[in-house]
Formats: sequence, C-alpha cells, structure tokens
Amino acid sequence: MDTSLEISLTVNGVPVRRRVEPRLSLVDFLRYELELTGSHVGCEHGVCGACTVRVDGELVRGCLMLAVQADGCRVETIEGVAGTGEIFDLQQAFAEENALQCGACTPGLLLTAQEILRRNPRVDEAEIRRGLSGNYCRCTGYHAIVQAIRKAGAGRAGGTR
Amino acid sequence: MSEEARSAGARITEGESYIGKSVVRPQTARLLAGRGVFTDDIKLPRMTHVAFLRSSHAHARIVSIDAGAAKALPGVVAVIAGEEMARVCGGWVGTLAHFKGMKSAKQYPLAIGRATWQGEPVVAVVAESRAVAEDAVARIAVEWDPLPAVTDPETALDPSTPVIHPELGDNLAFELELTSGDVDRAFREADAVYSDTFWMGRHTGVTLEARTILADFDLSEQRLTVYHSFQAPNMMQDILARHLRIPEHNVRVITKDVGGSFGIKVHIYPDEMAACALAVMLGRPVKFVADRFESFLSDIHARDHRVKAEVAVKRDGTILGMKVDDLTGIGPYSVYPRTSAVEGNQTVRLTPCGYKFRDYAASLKVVLQNKTPMCQYRAVGHPIAFAVMEGMVDRVARELQLDPVEVRRKNYITRDMYPYTSPTGYFFERLSHEEALDRLLEISDYPALCAERDTLRSRGIYRGLGLCTFIELTTPGPAFYGVGGARISSQDGCTIKLEPTGKLICMTGVTEQGQGTDTMIAQVVATAMGVPLDDVRVLTGDTMVTPYGGGTWASRGAGIGGEAALLAGKALKENVLKVAAAILACEPMDLDLRRGRIVDAGTGEVRLDLGELGRIAYFRPDTLPKDFQPELAVTRHYVPRHQGFAFTNGIQLSHVEVDVDTGFVRLLKHWAVEDCGRIINPRLVDEQVRGAVVQGIGAALFEHCVYDEQGQLLTGTMGDYLVPMAAEMPEIVVDHVQTPTLFAEGGFKGAGEAGVAGAPGAVLNAVNDALAPFNARVTRQPITPDVILKALDKL
Ligand code: FES
Ligand code: FES
Repeated sequence: MDTSLEISLTVNGVPVRRRVEPRLSLVDFLRYELELTGSHVGCEHGVCGACTVRVDGELVRGCLMLAVQADGCRVETIEGVAGTGEIFDLQQAFAEENALQCGACTPGLLLTAQEILRRNPRVDEAEIRRGLSGNYCRCTGYHAIVQAIRKAGAGRAGGTR
Repeated sequence: MSEEARSAGARITEGESYIGKSVVRPQTARLLAGRGVFTDDIKLPRMTHVAFLRSSHAHARIVSIDAGAAKALPGVVAVIAGEEMARVCGGWVGTLAHFKGMKSAKQYPLAIGRATWQGEPVVAVVAESRAVAEDAVARIAVEWDPLPAVTDPETALDPSTPVIHPELGDNLAFELELTSGDVDRAFREADAVYSDTFWMGRHTGVTLEARTILADFDLSEQRLTVYHSFQAPNMMQDILARHLRIPEHNVRVITKDVGGSFGIKVHIYPDEMAACALAVMLGRPVKFVADRFESFLSDIHARDHRVKAEVAVKRDGTILGMKVDDLTGIGPYSVYPRTSAVEGNQTVRLTPCGYKFRDYAASLKVVLQNKTPMCQYRAVGHPIAFAVMEGMVDRVARELQLDPVEVRRKNYITRDMYPYTSPTGYFFERLSHEEALDRLLEISDYPALCAERDTLRSRGIYRGLGLCTFIELTTPGPAFYGVGGARISSQDGCTIKLEPTGKLICMTGVTEQGQGTDTMIAQVVATAMGVPLDDVRVLTGDTMVTPYGGGTWASRGAGIGGEAALLAGKALKENVLKVAAAILACEPMDLDLRRGRIVDAGTGEVRLDLGELGRIAYFRPDTLPKDFQPELAVTRHYVPRHQGFAFTNGIQLSHVEVDVDTGFVRLLKHWAVEDCGRIINPRLVDEQVRGAVVQGIGAALFEHCVYDEQGQLLTGTMGDYLVPMAAEMPEIVVDHVQTPTLFAEGGFKGAGEAGVAGAPGAVLNAVNDALAPFNARVTRQPITPDVILKALDKL
C-alpha cells in the first residue's frame, strides 16, 4: 500500500517537490532524498542538536520533525546558510579558534551560534553556554566554541556600533 | 643518542619552522560548510542497508528463529542468521599471547545458539532501505529461553554463579599478580596504613557520529572495498582479509571523515563484520549505521572497576608502599584483537608511577559478565589508576593534616632520578612532575584559591580543590600488541611526492578523526622540506594508497607519524637538492630549499623555483645528465626502537563547589599542565587536552551505563545517559612544560589522552576537599548527587 504523500517546500531557496513516506524525518529527507548531508544525526531524540536546521527562520531539530510537516515551509540547511555568506564570520572564527575537531557537531552548532548572535551579538560567555545547552560536542570540550562565538559576536557588535 | 641527532633535532625548530605554530587546520573549511564526507554520506549504486535483530536478553538460548514474514516483506534482500553467516565469516578470539593465561570464547558476527548480552546481533536483515530492514526485523519471531545473567563482577567467580562459556571452565578471562620490592615490610614499618575501595562505573564513548561501515564486494575481481568510520584501517584490512578469506591486497579500507572515535572505533564489532560478510555474500554494497540505541548497547563500554587500595605511610607523608586489588568486568567476550585485559593491566601498572616508592603489590582479576563488551577507551586504565593513587594521596594528606601539595612533592620521582624504571616495569626517559606542579601552582594561584575556600567555608559555601598527577602512555612500540601476536602495526610510514608544479602530496599511515593529524603532518613536512605549509596536501586513511601503519590509538600520531613525516621530508629534500644541483650544475651541498625555492646555501639568493624544478624533472629530463635519475617521491618509516613507550606527564587541578543540600557539584574552573615533549601545534594540543578533560569530567560526574540485575541496560538513549554539555562545563586553562624526547629527532610525544587521564581524579579530590568539613568522602564514580548525599548521611 502506498502511503506516501506529496510535499512541496523550498530548501535553501530552491523549490522542491517530492513524494515521501509520512514516517520520514525531516533530517533523513534532507540527507537521503536531497543528498544534503551537511545536517547530521546524532541521537534521533532531540538531545544532541546535530540535526539542527532552520524552518521558516526558526531553529528546528530535524530528527523531531517529519518531512511532511515541512510541506509549504522554507527550509535552510548548513549548505544553504554557508553558501549565502551569512555566517562567514562564524566559520572563520570557528576555524581560527579550532572550535571543531571531527566536525560532526559543527553544522548544528553554527546554525545555533548564528541564532544566539542574531538575538544578541554582545552576548556574554554564560549566555553562550546556555544557548549551546542543546548541542552536544564530544571532541572540543566547548571552550573553543564559546570563544569563537564571542569573537564573531564582537566583530558584529563592533560593526553595528 | 648521538650529538649529531641532537643538533638535528634542535635545527628543526629554527628558521622557517612551522613546529610550535598554531596554524589553522585548512581542512576545517569543508566541515564548516557542511561538505564533510562521513561514511553515511556515501551512496553507492545498488546499495543496500542492514539492520539487526539484537538480543533483548542479557543471556538466553535461541530456541528458534522464524524469519518467514520478514523475508516476505517487499524490499527485503536477505535475512541471515548465525550459522549461515559463520560459513562466510569465521569467528575470532580476543586474546594476546603475552597476557599469560588469558582466555576468551570464540565470537561470531551473529550469535549462534545463545546470546550473551542484551544487544548482541542475532539476525541480519538486508533491504533496499534501512526503514524496510527495520520493518522486517520487527517481523522476525525469535523464541528465547532466558538463562540466568551474570552481572556483578564481585560474584562472577563464585561457584554458584553460572559459567557464561562452559568451554572456558570459569568466568575468569585474565588475572595478574604484580609484586615489586617488599610490600609487607613497607606495611610493617609504616606509621599509618589507609585503605579505601573505589567503584568506577561503566561509561562509553558516545561519538557524535555513530559507528558506520559501507562494504562493497566486486565478485568479478574478488575485491572488497570498505568505507569505514574507523581509526586503524590497516588493522581492519588484515582482519577482513583473514576472516572473510579474501587475499589481503584485494581488501581496501578507506576512512573518510570520522565523527569522533576516542578508542571506540578501533575494535572489531560483530555487526560491522557481518555487514562486510553480507556484501561478500550478496555481491552488493551493504551499509550499516548504528542508531544511538545500538551504540549504547554495542559500542564498547569502558572502565567498570572495583579497586581496593591500601597505602602505607610515614607520619611525614612519605609513601612506603601500596597494595592494589582491581576487579574489572568486561562483558561476555574479550574484544578482538586488542583484548579487554589491557584496561586492567594498565590500571595496576600505572597506579604507582608518579611516585618513587618501590614496594608495590597489585592483583588484577578480569571477569566475564552478561553486559556489553568492555574494551579500550581513550586513556586506557589511566583515569582509574590516577583517581585511585591521587585519591589515596589526598586521603593521606587529610588524615595526617598535611598539605596535599607537599605530600606530592615529597613522593615524586625527582629530576635527578631519570632515566627511571617504575616498579611495574615502565621506563621513563624524563618526566617533569616537579616542573609541572610548580607551573600549575603558579597559573592557578593555588594559595589564593585555598585561602578563598577557607574563608567561604565559614559562610557555609563548600568549595574544594583537587589535584591529580598523572602520566600518559604514548607512542607505543611493538611490545604493546605485536609481540602478543596481534597484527597491529606499531610502525608508520610517510610518503611524500613532489608534483610537477612543485607542490607536495603527502600520505601517512596515521589517521585523522578531527584531532588535526593532517595539519600536524603538514607542519612537520613543510618544516623538514623548507616549503610553505600551503604547498603540502595530506592524505590519510586509504589502505590502497597510504603507507602501511597503525592509525590512531595510544596517542601515537605525533610521536610515530610525525617522526616518519620528518624523516620523509628530510629525505625528499635531499633528493630535490640533487635534482637542483643537476640542473644548476653545482653540488647539492651548495644549495638549500627555503620557502619553496632552491637557494644558494651561503647567500640565500634564489636559484630555482620548485615548480621549474618539477617541470624539468618530469617533462624535460632530457636536459639533465644522461646518468642522472631524479627521485621525487620518497617513503620513510618509523617505529620507536629505544623505549617501549614515550611516557608523558602532567597535573590537573579542579575547583568545584558542592551544594551540600542537593548534592550538586558546580565546576568552577579547571587547570591542566602537561608535558608532551616538543609541541607541533600548540592550539591543537590545547584543544586535545580540553576535549579530553571534559570527557574525564563526564566520567567523574555524569556518564554511567546503568544496568538492572537482569543485565538490562537502563541508559540506552541520550536522554538517559548524561553527557557533558556546554552549560555545565568550566573554563579550562591549559599550559605546558616541554621535555622533548631525545630518542627521536622530532622530540614529539603524544597528547591525546592526558586530559582524560587526570580529570576524574582531580574532580574526585576536589569534591572530597569540599566535603572535608563534614568528614565525608566519596570513592565512587560518577559522583552523582545521591553519592554525595549518601556520603553526607543525608540519604
Ligand atoms: S539527532 Fe536530532 S537532536 Fe540529535
Ligand atoms: S567536533 Fe566532534 S563532536 Fe564536536
């Protein structure tokens, strides 16, 4: 029995129309159907943040949302956000501070960091750590990530002064 | 070591050196753009997916398997159980010959007749998609006959406890008695003897990218290509070849981006062997990705020790001797091929190693149980050894009302005692305990922290400071595995090719999992050659291409891979200068290579660009003397020959605040001073240390694989198993003492595990310091709030 449903959405600005099984998660849809493998899967439980994407401008855990729920939505993944140059300063700060080792957590962290800085580029260390409390990184110990976000934030705050 | 080698060692830090520079890792760009290629990102034509029916019991006989409904499901390609698979993939036994008396049972990719832990793979289902494979797994009916589960190591050897593998006779996998000096005399002559029992819980690696493998078998050429999220591709190649009976040179293992490993991805897992066997059976690519529940049930677990420690001391804090009794539970099988005995072996051998007392006795029992197999995880044995040793040192200080700093200083192996061999047989070229302690006290302003702690106590705020001295085993030679019969390379090679454009392609046997191996290797090569760093590209992790090597484990990348890269760089430079001399009609010794250009050695005047040299050597060799053949690719290998391991050392300090009403521990700050010899890239080393400290903190305070009495894992999701997250982690200050090894030209040693080695002991001591006013003490890890409240008699 075919239970698939048709969805249409935009992903990184490109219109997409696909038939998907109702049980397919958004992150699996992005990874396996659209081959946007920058979004990762770490826990399938909403805990680790590796699957973080933006849906209609809001951060979403791609493992907790179904692809069919994204019907009609505007989805942005790391590939798209990195491609527009929106987070160029964050990427640079992450590289400089070595805020990534294996890089499995990095796409989710960059999107989360962008949201933290969007709310407040002058954010302090404690707020950054709170803001990252849903993103697991096994490699770095978080210190360099916090420093990188502060650095990018300082650059932005300086720029808007 | 010769004077000549010594001065050559010094030379590489001079001039245009990338050694000691925090250069940015160039390969992070792809990871920052979402363009990394992890194994699950790879898709092959006709690819299938495997899912496993795993045992739901810790111990049960498999009465029958009915897979009819599973096979009937559209999209299912094959359903295979234990015996059928064993015909393609032979079993294995995880023992090493140099662990005398060690035993373990034969293990197969899929359980045959009986399952021995909850999570053991029993039936494999291959389907067109993972979802269909899982649907089919759900349709398999297995009739189980549950058997009593052996869960508590303490009773594993009791006559009334069932024997997990009757053919072994008992549940004892390995035992070891170590004695040095006269420990009885030490205890007789002591002013005081203190004893404690430490319980160090099971935890696991929780790599963010779970274990993943994609195997593709080409029936026509009988070639197996395996993409594997793994640390040691040559080891996997050897094992696949032998167990699947494929000529080894027909097996190619490729490691793309690896999403964290930490010793989790260096072992042989039955599900991964099954995936490869299935690819051979089906002649189609088979992918296996562990989901998080499978990871918790089937990734190796770590630690699980009960250590009784007794220490004999003089009134002034001098340690005279120590007795240690370690019991560790390893699950139903010793893990292949590294064995599950190394953890306990290292624990009892490392324990006394910071200090100069010689009277030491240790006994180790490694027992089987019906839980997930336990094996080597980052800093094998170290965190247990040093939590116990340093816990006892702080106990001595507390009981005798001495300064914990001074008790350490009094007992350290001092600078005049090197080279030194520990009572447990480890050779130390030169450790720097005294220097590291001094540095730590300075950077942390320790006296001020103590004063603040004392003031706050009177206000009902309970802060504590905990020190932990540690050593780290790095850069192992063949004594580790090779002599025990395991085909695990302790040597590594490095190949460098000069391309016609004058740029370098470098291939190394050590592997990359995010620690920055390829950057570190590029820094060494660029320095040894005299070329800009940007001109070097590094490739790792492809057994068809990269020189044979051990990969990543035991902090061997810099000490072994780095040294091989240094030797290769120097050799290629020599060859390049010969070519240049042939072109310029002069002697090689008149020339040098600097910043990618051939220069006059005396004046520094630029004579030839490397690109021009490449052009001539590759496209116009007719213009060179007839009897001259340019050799613009070299390979050099390195294995540590002069010492078994390059030991490093360091000390950590943890500062915590304990809420004595709730039992919660707040981490205020953490300091680590370590000595990994000559540092290639300070930032990369610091980040290794920080990441490892946090893993150690996780073990100390949060992480725990909790089982019930039936051997059912109660912490199978990341909601139940707590990992360290950003909000709870402290600022971590890292500093270094640098004592280069003189046994290798580069002077490099390893740094990957130092953080894990010392952090749990430091946190344990800090918590106990905070609890001192209540005369309470904890000796159990993880130190959860209930552990603290029980110690305070509040629970
Ligand atoms: S995979 Fe979605 S939060 Fe972990
Ligand atoms: S860099 Fe590996 S999980 Fe964060």
